Amino acid sequence: MSTQLTTPTDRQSTEALARSKGEPNWLVALRGQAAELTATLPWPKPEKVKIERWNLTAVGQYEATAAVSSISELPQTVQELIAEGTENLLVQKNTGAVWSKLSSELADKGVIFTDLETAVKEHSELVEKYLFQAIKFDEDKLTALNAALWNGGVFVYVPKNVEVELPLQAVLYNDKAEATFAPHILIVAEDNSRVTYVDSTVTVKDAVTEAFTHPSLVEVFVKPGAQVRFGSVHSLGESGVDLSLRRAVVDRDGRIEWIIGDLNDGNTVSDTKSVLVGHGSTSDTKVISVGQHKQQMSLTTQAVHFGKSSDSNMITRAVMRDSASAIINGVTKIEHGATKANGVQAEKVLMLSSKARGDANPILLIDEDDVTAGHAASVGQVNPEQVYYLMSRGITKPDAERLIIHGFLAPVVSEVPVEAVRDQLNRLLERKLEG
Amino acid sequence: MSTKFVIDGLKAEIEGKEILKGINLEIKGGEIHAIMGPNGTGKSTLASALMGHPKYEVTGGSVSLDGEDVLEMEVDERARAGMFLAMQYPSEIPGVTNSDFLRSAINARREEGNEISLIKFIRQMEGKMKELEMNPEFAHRYLNEGFSGGEKKRNEILQMMLLDPKLVILDEIDSGLDIDALRIVAEGVNAMRSEERGFLIITHYQRLLDYITPDHVHVMMQGRIVKSGGPELAQRLEKEGYDWVKEELGITDETVGQA
Ligand SMILES: Nc1ncnc2c1ncn2[C@@H]1O[C@H](COP(=O)(O)OP(=O)(O)OP(=O)(O)O)[C@@H](O)[C@H]1O
Ligand SMILES: [Mg+2]
Repeated sequence: MSTQLTTPTDRQSTEALARSKGEPNWLVALRGQAAELTATLPWPKPEKVKIERWNLTAVGQYEATAAVSSISELPQTVQELIAEGTENLLVQKNTGAVWSKLSSELADKGVIFTDLETAVKEHSELVEKYLFQAIKFDEDKLTALNAALWNGGVFVYVPKNVEVELPLQAVLYNDKAEATFAPHILIVAEDNSRVTYVDSTVTVKDAVTEAFTHPSLVEVFVKPGAQVRFGSVHSLGESGVDLSLRRAVVDRDGRIEWIIGDLNDGNTVSDTKSVLVGHGSTSDTKVISVGQHKQQMSLTTQAVHFGKSSDSNMITRAVMRDSASAIINGVTKIEHGATKANGVQAEKVLMLSSKARGDANPILLIDEDDVTAGHAASVGQVNPEQVYYLMSRGITKPDAERLIIHGFLAPVVSEVPVEAVRDQLNRLLERKLEG
Repeated sequence: MSTKFVIDGLKAEIEGKEILKGINLEIKGGEIHAIMGPNGTGKSTLASALMGHPKYEVTGGSVSLDGEDVLEMEVDERARAGMFLAMQYPSEIPGVTNSDFLRSAINARREEGNEISLIKFIRQMEGKMKELEMNPEFAHRYLNEGFSGGEKKRNEILQMMLLDPKLVILDEIDSGLDIDALRIVAEGVNAMRSEERGFLIITHYQRLLDYITPDHVHVMMQGRIVKSGGPELAQRLEKEGYDWVKEELGITDETVGQA
């Protein structure tokens, strides 16, 4: 099926827009090529979810955005997500950044934390070296679309041996369906550096009722001995489709930690992958999700092991209500030569309604003998023995179930690095579980 | 008013099998009753039926606590009415910390808007944990998850102490406890003895009753209380086993529901 995009993603207009924004030639060319490919490349094909049937065409138009001069000008929904007194904050509204600050202390150490549009101008060579290297722009229609359309975005660069103590925070929000909302997040952590990045991707709920598509890509480069914690909570509105691809390439003794909350109200494809290239590289992935109403979701975690003694751990936990459906895939791939690698994964689904659907598909693809791997998958209801136990202490049935369900998600919630984002996650869970 | 708990002709079945075949028992505030009996004779079933476990269907008889019809109540209502069951096999609840759970249980007994303050709660919990010689870290552990057998039992007693029930049922609280833990748990129970509170203690061994002297001892077989006596009955059972009881009553198979 061919799809008409409401934004002209033909080569000429895409290149013209890029040029008018003053983007470097290499990017203008890349965008042009990508735009052309959006016409021919197929959409990604997640297991058992027919995303071609979703409304994926509402990618909106480019709109110039004006920066705000104070946080207080931002919508309340956004303000409450911001860590108190944070100096390191980036805010994107629809098509572009409206706030971008980095402490002078970090700037002096050579840390870069800015929107990607600014970064391609100010650090063109550096960005060129990494942009679309973890995820190729021509993999499918989604990657090409992001390459052609992305704006705003995030760029994090941490120089060698620099440890960033406090989390870098980004809030990316949309408040109108007509404006393109297609962020690209690029993180580069040089040798032995350390950084925590957390974002909230939200719709200002009452403002957006029309359909919109959010094609978002995340690329993380973890250099030897570096450590990156990446936290992200998505709560896009019901009329939106979230297509989010995240990928980290991890060098020798590097470590990536993903903490993902997929709490959109609309259809969602979320695919989070660690490519463990270096010896001794490690990855830890935690994903939670709550599906309600008629939401359809495809949640995938992946770990690909090339490095010897590389280690991956992946957990996905989803609670499904109403007639929501989630296909949850865990893919552990161990390549030939990745001796002593260890890959473990667990997918668990808690079903709160007989009409909900939750499939857990653990997949182990192992091309090496000298490895260890494990998987666990379960789909079940709230355990009546547990409910009985809590009730026998005087707790009402609804409260007992609520405790059990929150407990099911707790291992991930407690890992979210920024308190304001953890609070956001708890509020979202409260709303999605009790609404 | 002093507590009065009355079980009258209680019958219960599970999956269509009758396990309790008419239990009669009256427990007053201040009394300690012990129930003993071979494996599979219905002791835990009695405890579960009294607490209202959904798998057990009560098919006859009545149960009242201070005149209130217990069997009409939901499980949580029974608990709030003052019943407490320390279970033989307590559930594990991942992701719910012991302290969050305990606070919810305490607050469930209070009016909305009159919840226990966090500071007062922590002080109470820590005080009781200290009495039970529990490591303070157990407050932050997930409820019973990965607890050893003995740690679970101690945690049941912690709950009993914090919830201040009127009628306490302890189902094999002594199983899995080491010698020191047995003493600590027994001291916890003894500290809770009062005119307001009745106890029903299910146990296999005299050693618990060495610490907690019962007023009455009952023997259960075939889903009934077949013999009752004073503390000396438990001592004789400890020494001689159950054969003499069976002989006296002409029972060959003491179990119940084995079809
Ligand atoms: N959930 C159940 N499903 C099927 N049978 C059950 C169930 N619960 C109890 N029974 C049966 O009822 C009978 C009585 O069990 P119960 O647990 O009450 O014994 P008990 O006296 O507590 O034994 P023990 O001393 O070993 O703890 C047993 O035959 C048992 O198998
Ligand atoms: Mg028993």
